[in-house]
Amino acid sequence: MGHQTPLYAAHVAAGARMVEFGGWDMPLQYASALAEHHAVRKSCGIFDVSHMTVVDVMGPDATAFLQRLLANDIGKLREPGQGLYSCMLNDAGGVVDDLIAYWTGDDRFRLVVNAATRSQDLAWLARVADRDDVVLRHRDDLLMIAVQGPVARELAAPLLPNGAGHAALALKAFTSLLQDDLFVARTGYTGEDGFEVILPVAAGVALWDALAGAGATRCGLGARDTLRLEAALNLYGQDMDTGTSPLVSGLAWTVAFEPADRQFRGRAALEQQKAAGLKEKLTGLLLEDRGIMRHGQRVLTPAGEGVITSGGFSPTMDRSIALARVPVAAGGPCQVEIRSALRAARIVRPPFVRHGRVLVE
Amino acid sequence: MSDVPKQLQYTKEHEWIRRENDGTVVVGITDHAQHQLGELVYVELPEAGRALKPGDAMAVVESTKAASDVYAPLAGTVTAVNPALTSQPELVNTDPYGAGWLVRVKPADAGSATGLLDASAYAALLDAGH
Repeated sequence: MGHQTPLYAAHVAAGARMVEFGGWDMPLQYASALAEHHAVRKSCGIFDVSHMTVVDVMGPDATAFLQRLLANDIGKLREPGQGLYSCMLNDAGGVVDDLIAYWTGDDRFRLVVNAATRSQDLAWLARVADRDDVVLRHRDDLLMIAVQGPVARELAAPLLPNGAGHAALALKAFTSLLQDDLFVARTGYTGEDGFEVILPVAAGVALWDALAGAGATRCGLGARDTLRLEAALNLYGQDMDTGTSPLVSGLAWTVAFEPADRQFRGRAALEQQKAAGLKEKLTGLLLEDRGIMRHGQRVLTPAGEGVITSGGFSPTMDRSIALARVPVAAGGPCQVEIRSALRAARIVRPPFVRHGRVLVE
Repeated sequence: MSDVPKQLQYTKEHEWIRRENDGTVVVGITDHAQHQLGELVYVELPEAGRALKPGDAMAVVESTKAASDVYAPLAGTVTAVNPALTSQPELVNTDPYGAGWLVRVKPADAGSATGLLDASAYAALLDAGH
């Protein structure tokens, strides 16, 4: 029996099939993971993501702390509300976790990190903070709901508490607002537009019911995984982990080597990797033969062997797609070993699907 | 509660077997199995003519989440596979005992199938949480 979010009873009442994920009992799907996937691509779906870990960072050294903690540069945030996707790295340049850091105003920030990595993340934050004058507050008193899809924002805005709908609709991509205890960000993990809403439990349970009542489709982890794979959004623990650097995980764009004097954790290791020359890259695969590609399967290319980090079925494309770590020079046709048979595949540039449209041929 | 038709035989691995008048048997996966797997998105079937031994992995059923083997319940030769599953793997979910059948097998020996369960024994297995 894992942890339960405050929406656990609502999930069970709605007929969800529950599974253990990262120590939490979460909905895998309600009636149909495929229907949930299509609802997000075409209309609006809602996800309970309360298992995610929210940490508020406050204090005079908050900026200095995040400049050491994050591979991306928190100094890129020019206005309160803006968000920054980043990895935090260990000293070997491996990924401790990926996260979004939001500037909530003055010397305050909000971090949203993964669920399965909660205890090591909190320990790492405390260790990097060391003697900084910052307070780290783990907000396990809040609930988090993702509302995703082409009509998600219009559907959700009038249902937000505190009359925040108008301000929420004015948010640009990757920005947020904080009104008292209500936090709304125009972010997500599906490749569609939408909001991620963080709010107190009672208001959150009411919002979940209101969203479902307004016609949003309840979605589980099954749809969340197929949606993020189509959007080529990395899953921590699968596409990258403490043994892989962001430079071989499709995340070089999130590493800020400028300014050159910003000494973030893992910087020296990444500079060594760059100087030695990167040997691998994370890329997309399309299966040309029948079958389904899965995590851990071998990829054979003329430039050498690689491995599938995330694979599965794309409901939008009705075929199998994958993310794979392959030699840097690999491209074009390749083979994937599926259950001891070699199947024809092709290396493509991800993402596969964004905003309801297929982007690869 | 899973549907367990009375006239079929079953395996502990959640396959069903229907004996036909022409001496062949039709094999599929049970309602319980399809429910556990979730929505199928791909089914891989053996070639017609393949010789099977009991316990051989003869087919693969894949849902959005995982791949699972389907084992041969008896010795024999595959005489036909369900062609509809190539384009409609979801038939296994919607009609596991009918349009979602997997393979037709000519048994090597009419008496060769051992360890098959009748409907009440299979239902008891499910009740026991297997």
